[in-house]
Amino acid sequence: MESIKNIISVKINGIDVSIEKGTTILEAARKINVRIPTLCHHEDLCVAGNCRVCVVEVEGAKNLTASCAAPCEQNMVIKTNTPKVRSARKDLIALLVSEHNTQCTTCYRSTNCELQALASEYNVDNNTYLSVLKSGLQVDRSSWSIEKDDSKCVRCQRCVRTCAELQHVNAITVAHKGKDMKISTFMDLPMNEVVCVNCGQCIIHCPTGALTERRYFDNIWEAIGDEKKHVVINTAPSVRVAIGEMLGYPPGAHVTGKMVAALKKIGFDSVLDTNYTADLTIVEEGTELLGRLKSKIKDEDDSVALPMITSCSPGWVKFIEHMYPEHLGHLSTCKSPQQMFGALAKTYYAEKIGVKPENIVSVAAMPCAAKKFEANRPEMKSSGYQDIDAGLTTREIGHMIKQAGIDFSEISDSDFDSIMGDSTGAAVIFGATGGVMEAALRTAYELITGRDVPFDRLNIEPVRGLEGIKHAAVKLENCLEAYSFLEGVELRVAVAHGLKNARIIMDQIKDGTSPYHFIEIMACPGGCIGGGGQPIPTNDKVRMERIKAIYQEDSDCKLRKSHENPEIKQIYDEFLKDGPLGHKSHKLLHTHYTKRNRY
Amino acid sequence: MTKTDTMVKELVDKYGNKRESLLPILQGVYDIEHFVSDEAMVSIARNLDLSSADVYGKSTFYSFLDTVPRGKFVIRVCKTIVCDMHDKNQIVDTLENILKIKVGETTLNRKFSLLYTNCLGWCHKGPAMLVNDDVYTNLTPESIREIITDYKNRD
Repeated sequence: MESIKNIISVKINGIDVSIEKGTTILEAARKINVRIPTLCHHEDLCVAGNCRVCVVEVEGAKNLTASCAAPCEQNMVIKTNTPKVRSARKDLIALLVSEHNTQCTTCYRSTNCELQALASEYNVDNNTYLSVLKSGLQVDRSSWSIEKDDSKCVRCQRCVRTCAELQHVNAITVAHKGKDMKISTFMDLPMNEVVCVNCGQCIIHCPTGALTERRYFDNIWEAIGDEKKHVVINTAPSVRVAIGEMLGYPPGAHVTGKMVAALKKIGFDSVLDTNYTADLTIVEEGTELLGRLKSKIKDEDDSVALPMITSCSPGWVKFIEHMYPEHLGHLSTCKSPQQMFGALAKTYYAEKIGVKPENIVSVAAMPCAAKKFEANRPEMKSSGYQDIDAGLTTREIGHMIKQAGIDFSEISDSDFDSIMGDSTGAAVIFGATGGVMEAALRTAYELITGRDVPFDRLNIEPVRGLEGIKHAAVKLENCLEAYSFLEGVELRVAVAHGLKNARIIMDQIKDGTSPYHFIEIMACPGGCIGGGGQPIPTNDKVRMERIKAIYQEDSDCKLRKSHENPEIKQIYDEFLKDGPLGHKSHKLLHTHYTKRNRY
Repeated sequence: MTKTDTMVKELVDKYGNKRESLLPILQGVYDIEHFVSDEAMVSIARNLDLSSADVYGKSTFYSFLDTVPRGKFVIRVCKTIVCDMHDKNQIVDTLENILKIKVGETTLNRKFSLLYTNCLGWCHKGPAMLVNDDVYTNLTPESIREIITDYKNRD
């Protein structure tokens, strides 16, 4: 009975719709495939209702109603496409355009801009209103990761809501009011001087070109054109399941082979796989975890921090450095796969191919804005050179493929080069939230017990999916002799994505109530597949498609456990020598963290 | 603890450390220092566990809070149309002459700031102005001189 009471019916453009009480007019219209234009609205964020582009006519109402913010009421009669509605929307869009820097031809977001699309759809006349674009606005290029151009801001506040609701960082805020209102940092300081973690979620939620990633592809074109330089690129697992969207494919399209072929065509001397160092991360991090468990449980050493938390996500790393500097001991000392790759590219790889490290330009294709900052951390020079010369986003790689004049749909598949191109299914799932945990469990469980992790076809379902915080527990029984101290222990793990959820996990640690041994945290909602460097739009529907593609890649792999990667065995035999966490590993593959200010 | 931290701590003890305490604390800081400094904003953020950007956003939103130093007495002349028709410009000229500052500025001794404000609701007695919380109406260059002299003699 209760549920029937909660169902109401409305009429939209003459069509009857039954929806649950509380549904907005916009959602009800979408249910019957009536599209209402929006701008300040985003599926990931709370309602703002400030742009008014989504206005509709409601019978009996004096004014037009913002459909994103108004809940349906019983027997409401709604019209979404009347002359009054269209004329109001056209005016609203024209007013937004009148304060916008309309140099679309030179804008990075051109053809992928929501304001441009609306202005075009409503055939807005640029001369209806005088331009009131403020003069003298400077583009903030202080950050390694994020570029902020206020002249393109429509003040929809999607970035502010993202930073507050999804990430709990609040680096940007709404300052001043009325015509002076602007999106600002604390005291309007440059982005590199404020508490910003560079996750780039503001970028993928920005409808225009006001927030974009700092672009470095011109430097890379230059390096590719330089005969003396050996340019190598490593591609992150989540780039291959999203790059298709930049090039006309639907979300989740399998284009790994095409991507590799296109990068070779572009002129990279070697196209290698970040998955390789993802496998290496698992071996190093798994060993580190077992070491910590041994110290804590067997040797009763209380100075060892548990739970141990992953350190692959540079947005998350900077978040903990700012927000919980007193708990940095919980972070794994492992570098991220990108930085492990960089350190090895200019040492091991350089040796193998006989090129001087100073002539190697090492590029990373990443789903991420924070990777740009990470590459430029002063400590990331363990090869003696800057380990990674540039981190490019999936979007930048998409642009490069277009700039190179490559017909992506026609190109045939190609394989990654070697060495440092082999990988397993455990590495590719790094791209989805829960993936690092699943990969770590596949390896750690086998190291401890000598048996496969007890989940159907190695698929650890409890840590998969888009739930904010996921848990799993694995009972360790019949352990190998070296790990007898773990006999009967229930290994408890958690996975969090989106820094809002990271904060919940960290507050538990702070209060001493965290029940876990090992935690995976990714800064971005959905993990890397939803990263700040991924194609726009990114929403839960798109995230799910990319995740599906990731797990498909995993199940298609012959090898699905990191420690079985033959190139990993090879590097320990030939180069790293004394095993995981050995002397050379320690120097090249591990790092330390910096305490930063919180306020 | 710095002087600012002590001041903020006292206000937090008085008003609480919840988000809803932010405005009274900001007003308290303004009453003492005649502006909200960046140091005070960071201190408030730390005490209330908010981001400093958040505190900055709130501080800049309200006309009666300020993030640049203001004088002890803030003069706000109504700039809206009725006061304008009652020769508000003459009032502003007189104030600028007496105080030797332009609108938007503060005297060197940080005693007076001269600003514009939107309608005060005293249109029938314009031109009107506020000095801190006190309203003055039917202003003339002569009455301005008297009012300012009076304030000059206050501590």
